[in-house]
Amino acid sequence: MAEPTVIFDAAAIQRALTRVAHEIAERSENGTEVVLIGIPVGGDHLAKRLSRILSEIWRQPVPVGILDVGMHRDDLDQRAAPKIHPTVIPFDVTGKTVVLVDDVLFSGRTTRAAMDALNDFGRPKKIQLAVLIDRGHRELPIRADFVGKNVPTAGNEKIRVRLVENDGMDEVVLERPK
Amino acid sequence: MTWARKHLLDIESLTPDEIVMVLDTARAFKAVGERAIKKVPALRGKTVVNLFVEPSTRTRISFELAEQRLSADVINFSAEASSFKKGETLKDTARNLEALNADFIVIRHSASGAPHFLARVLNASVINAGDGAHEHPTQALLDVFTIREHKGKIAGLNITILGDVLYSRVARSNIWALLKLGATVTLCGPATLVPKTFEQMGCRVTYDVEEAIRDADIINLLRIQHERQRKTMFPSINEYIQLFGLNQARLAKAKPDALIMHPGPINRGVEIDSDIADSSRSLILEQVTNGLAVRMAVLFLVNGGKGPPEVGEN
Repeated sequence: MAEPTVIFDAAAIQRALTRVAHEIAERSENGTEVVLIGIPVGGDHLAKRLSRILSEIWRQPVPVGILDVGMHRDDLDQRAAPKIHPTVIPFDVTGKTVVLVDDVLFSGRTTRAAMDALNDFGRPKKIQLAVLIDRGHRELPIRADFVGKNVPTAGNEKIRVRLVENDGMDEVVLERPK
Repeated sequence: MTWARKHLLDIESLTPDEIVMVLDTARAFKAVGERAIKKVPALRGKTVVNLFVEPSTRTRISFELAEQRLSADVINFSAEASSFKKGETLKDTARNLEALNADFIVIRHSASGAPHFLARVLNASVINAGDGAHEHPTQALLDVFTIREHKGKIAGLNITILGDVLYSRVARSNIWALLKLGATVTLCGPATLVPKTFEQMGCRVTYDVEEAIRDADIINLLRIQHERQRKTMFPSINEYIQLFGLNQARLAKAKPDALIMHPGPINRGVEIDSDIADSSRSLILEQVTNGLAVRMAVLFLVNGGKGPPEVGEN
């Protein structure tokens, strides 16, 4: 493995999240409540951080949920069973603007699974997608509404998002195979 | 850790990590059962055959509902109305089911090792729903899940299994699971039904009920299995009740936070007094709820393919 390239350090992650939160606030319609739902592992923590920033902007709490998409993946019989994290959505999503939060947008299949899974919890007025990194290579007609950073990658490269909550540090790196 | 098994045949061959992975996965599936929409598409397009060659109500219903909640197509095949009555062998029956492209076979059979045999001759995933007096792995997993939910851990707990251990596949699977996760297991019952040979598995064996339950965190009661006993293994049911039945007087000598479990069906007034079965210390109905979640988790895990695990990063 070649030396990984640091794309985001801790301060850059914080700046990107602040900008994304302001974009979410700008785009939100009057009278429609915005809720954030993060996809583990990574998106759940980013959703909590976005919620804190949005709560300051709006001066009111912004609800956060966690949605595991493992049971809705389209490759379940093709690879070993994924680790399943508990889904916790302690509010009704019907009529709300749900912003799905993920760390990296790649094929788009996780987002599709997330929209499927979300269906079982109600009918949001609108679903939007916020990601920290969009690395391209979409396999489905899906795009993000809010992007921390677009990172052009080769298919065999890896993006690693490390967050304090999981890894003890904030950092996004691009790893290239030798 | 990655789940690499195609079948669930017994607890004996599982690693502690594999057991914990089933329990953790089951926790997420339990939450699915608490939603307004209790169904997920994980097994959509898959076919499951419930091959119950020995009668069963609760295990079959639990598996059937678990399969339906995973969106699988389900075929039920029971001994009463089947080709076994016409002399077909287990192997031929199973091969016929596989010719219908069944992806999973859940088997309950009176012969120990029947699921292992099917796993050798079929391409389908095989799940053991109880084989003779050998093992009942999903029952042990749901018991351990229930204990962990209440006590927060398994390691270091004292678990007492009281009753017909000799004929009990539930006991064998529970012993394996509990010992692997670091519990201390005490067995108690009539000497004819609790042979000292179980000490070789690493259990403590005693014939004194009060001693057996004194330090127990969990008391797991087993039914006296009339159908598996060719001859009487103790003088009378009344004597069993006198010596081993769990009543309030005996329970008063246990720790105040000791909880009661029973795989069902219960014989009220025999191995357990009615008021104990219905008390807040009884986990019997929670075991039923948890059984559904554990069976969903097992089906979900064995459905996984051979490829590398989830692409973690995106």
